[in-house]
Amino acid sequence: MYAATCIAILIVMGLALIRAIIGPTAFDRLLAVNMFGTKTVLFIAAFGFLTDRPDFLDIALVYALVNFLGTIAVLRFFERKQRDAQQTTEEQS
Amino acid sequence: MTLAIDIFSITCLALGCFLGLTGGIGIYRLPDFFTRLHASSVTDSACAFLVLFGLALQSGWSLVTVKLGLIFFFLVLSSPTASHALAKTALNNGQHPLLGREDKR
Repeated sequence: MYAATCIAILIVMGLALIRAIIGPTAFDRLLAVNMFGTKTVLFIAAFGFLTDRPDFLDIALVYALVNFLGTIAVLRFFERKQRDAQQTTEEQS
Repeated sequence: MTLAIDIFSITCLALGCFLGLTGGIGIYRLPDFFTRLHASSVTDSACAFLVLFGLALQSGWSLVTVKLGLIFFFLVLSSPTASHALAKTALNNGQHPLLGREDKR
């Protein structure tokens, strides 16, 4: 049962990884990486139950927070870049 | 009683895996960024809830249940926020939603 869950989540992670590789824009890649991270959390939790070591849940907890911070950090970078571009166009005009 | 809990938890895990696979196929197949965002974010919270709930049913009442609840809490908090920020930034950066069919544009 846990093994089937792990395999299904691994398939989903593979599909997200394909999208992260072929994605035409940076946002597609970011979306796929975010989804990959969420599914990694679920995979670590299910794998902890599969091997009967629930200590893995601590790692899953930390990974959830780190994943969220990573996505927000990259988005802040995009937003700042866009704001700088707007300012330069305003100065030129 | 144990059998009923087992069956319920297996049902939850299977439904969660099904939703996750749907989201995975959606993120691979759908035509533009916003449809992919919808495929990812709609299934993200429900899939996470079902899988974690199925695992929590198996663990009984212990610290493991609390940790699973905390993971679910953080995922519910962070996943819609990330989706919203992603959609907003994409819209501001010149991505436009696909209206109508792709071949009729």
